[in-house]
Amino acid sequence: MTETMIISLLTITVRAGVSLLYATLGEIFTERSGVLNLGVEGIMLMGAATAFAVAYHSNSAWLGLAVAGLVGMLLSAIHAFLTVTMQADQVVSGLALTLFGTGLSSFMGQRLGPGGTTMVGLQAPTFQRFSIPLLEKIPILGPSLFNQDILAYILYLLLPALWFFLYKTQPGLHLRAVGDNPTAADVLGIQVKRSRYLYTVFGGFLMGVAGAHLSMAYLQGWAMNITGGRGWIAIALVIFATWDPFRAAVGALLFGGINALQFRLQAAGTEIPAPFLNMMPYFFTILVLVFITWGESFRKRLGAPAALGNPYIREDKK
Amino acid sequence: MKIKFERRLKEAKWAVFVVPIVSFILALGFGGLLLLAFGINPVKAFQVMIQGSLGGRYAITETVVKAIPLMLTGLGVSVAFRMLFWNIGAEGQLALGGIAASYVALFLSDSLPNFLTLPMMVIFGMAAGAIWALIPALLKAYLNVNEILTTLMMNYIAILMVEYLYLGPWRDPDGYGFPGSAPFPDEAILPRLIGRVHLGIVFALIAAFIIWLIMSRMRWGYEIRLIGENPRAAKYAGISTTKNMILVMLLSGALSGLAGMAEVSGIAHRLYQGLTAGYGYTAIIVSWLASLNPWAVLFVSLFMAALTVGGDQLQVAMGIPAAVALVLQGAILFFVLGGWVFINYRVRIIRTTEATQVGELHD
Repeated sequence: MTETMIISLLTITVRAGVSLLYATLGEIFTERSGVLNLGVEGIMLMGAATAFAVAYHSNSAWLGLAVAGLVGMLLSAIHAFLTVTMQADQVVSGLALTLFGTGLSSFMGQRLGPGGTTMVGLQAPTFQRFSIPLLEKIPILGPSLFNQDILAYILYLLLPALWFFLYKTQPGLHLRAVGDNPTAADVLGIQVKRSRYLYTVFGGFLMGVAGAHLSMAYLQGWAMNITGGRGWIAIALVIFATWDPFRAAVGALLFGGINALQFRLQAAGTEIPAPFLNMMPYFFTILVLVFITWGESFRKRLGAPAALGNPYIREDKK
Repeated sequence: MKIKFERRLKEAKWAVFVVPIVSFILALGFGGLLLLAFGINPVKAFQVMIQGSLGGRYAITETVVKAIPLMLTGLGVSVAFRMLFWNIGAEGQLALGGIAASYVALFLSDSLPNFLTLPMMVIFGMAAGAIWALIPALLKAYLNVNEILTTLMMNYIAILMVEYLYLGPWRDPDGYGFPGSAPFPDEAILPRLIGRVHLGIVFALIAAFIIWLIMSRMRWGYEIRLIGENPRAAKYAGISTTKNMILVMLLSGALSGLAGMAEVSGIAHRLYQGLTAGYGYTAIIVSWLASLNPWAVLFVSLFMAALTVGGDQLQVAMGIPAAVALVLQGAILFFVLGGWVFINYRVRIIRTTEATQVGELHD
C-alpha cells in the first residue's frame, strides 16, 4: 500500500467516524443520567433532513447545523417528557421516536425541495474540508486528521472537554450519581428529574448535529433513510465504549475504518457483491456486542449506569 | 405549580379505553397541523385517506391485504414483548421467511407433488424466520448480548440478503432487468378469497387463536407472563428464563417468517424489493397499542393498515408523501405512551404555595 492510499483510507475513517462519535457521545450523556434513548436513528434522520433543507433554502450551512441541533433537542425533550415525567417505558418511547423520525424525515425529504418537490439530488452549502497549517505537516496523521471539516475539528476539542466534565467536575459527578443511584442522588439534594431532562436534551443536540454531519459534510446530500442504521450502531458503540467518551472515539474510528474498507474494496472492483460489503458494519456490530457483553457481571464491572432504563419515582422508593 | 403522581390501588378501567381514543384524536390533530404547515388542506387529506382505505369494496380489501403481515408480525413481537424480550427484528424474520418460501417455490416445486408445495413453503418460511430469531435469542440467553441491537442489526443484514438474491443469482432472466425473481409457478400461489385478500388472513386468525390459547389457557403462557412481570418470582418458582427465551423467540420468529411467506406467495408471487416495506417496525406499534392482547392485535392491525393504505392514496391522489401514515402512527404511539400514566397513576396538579412539605422541595 502506498502512502497516499493509507492517507485516503485514514481520511475516510475519520470522516465516517465523526457523525458516529457525535451520536455516541450524545447517547453516552443521555444514558449516564439513567435514560435510555433508542430514538438516536430517528433524531439523526431528522437532523440530517432539517439541516439540509434549511441550508438549501437559507444558503447557510451554519444555520442548517443550528436548526438540526435544535430539532435534536426538541425530539429528545419529547422522549424526556414521556419517560421522566409521564413514566412511559423508555424502550417503547425511544422506538416511537425512531419510527416517528423516520416517517417525518422522509415526508420532509419529499416536500422540502423547491416548490414542494423532493430534496433528493439537490445541492446545498456544505462543510468543506480544509487543512490546518503546521499540523498537516505531520507525516501520514497530518493529512488524514488535519484535513477535515470544521465539525471534525470541533469534535477534537469537544471530546476531551466532555471527558473532563464527566470525570473531573462536580456536575459530572452528579450526572454519574443520577445514573447510578438516583435515590441516593436525590437524598444528597441533586435534582434527579431535572438532570435527566438536561442531559437527554443535550444528548439530543449532539445526535441532531450527527445527522447534520451526514447530509452536510460526509455524504453531502439528502437520501431517504440516509443514516442507514448509524443511529443503532451508535447505541452499540456506547456499550463498546463502556460509557466512556475516549473509548467511544476508538469505537467510532473502528467503524469508520470498516466504512473506509468498504469504499476501498468497492473502488478496487472486488468480486464480493455490493450487498455483502454493505452488510459488514451490521455484522461487525453484532460481533463487537458479543465480545463486549460477556455476562451481566462483566457489564456491571464495565460501568453501565446501574439505574439505566429505570424511571425515578420518589414515592416508589424502596 | 407542579404535577404530582399518586399510584392508584387498582388500574383505572376507564383509562384503558379512553386513553387510546383520546390519543388517536390528538395524533390526528397533530397530523392535521403538520399538513397545514406544509400548505396542505388537512380535511381534504383525511377525506382522501378515509375514502382510500374504507370507502368501497376495493379499498376495504386492500386494507385487509396490508393488515395480514401486520397481524402476523404483530402477534409475533407481542409474544416476545410479553416476557420483555425486545424483538425488534420482525422485519428481518419476515424477510427470511420470504426468502425460504421463495426458495421452495423457485427451486423445489418441480420435484414436489403440487399439493405439497404450499405446505412446504409454510414450513420453510416459518423455520427460516424462527432460525433468524434464534440467533439473538441464544446470544441473549447465554451471553446476555443486548437483543434490541442484535435483532435490529439482523434486519439490515436480512434486507441486504433479499436485495442480493433478487438483484443477483435469483434475478428473473426474462424480467427485462426488472429487479425481482422469476414469478412463482401456480401451485406456489396462495389462493385468494375476496379481491387480493388471500389465505394469509386465515393464517393470522389461527395464529391469534393459538397465541390466545397459549397465553390465557396454558401453563407455558403463565410462565412467559410471570417472567415478564416479575422475573424474580419466576426464578423462585423454578421457571427457566433461558429455555423460555429460546422457545418464545422461535415462536415469534416463526410467525414473522409466515408473514413473509404469505407476502411472496399471496401478493407478489415472486421475491421482490417491496417485501421489506417496514411491516416489522409497524408491528411494534401494533402490539403496543393492542396491549399485547392477540385479539386486539388483529383490530389494531386493520386500523394501522387503513392508515397505510390511506397514505398510499394520498400519494396517488394528491401527491402527498405516503410517509404521512408513518408520522401519524408514530404520533399515536407517542400520545398513548403519554396517556398510559393515567391508568396506574392519579395525576394531581398542585399550586406551589401548597407544597410546603420538606420532602417535596427537590421534585
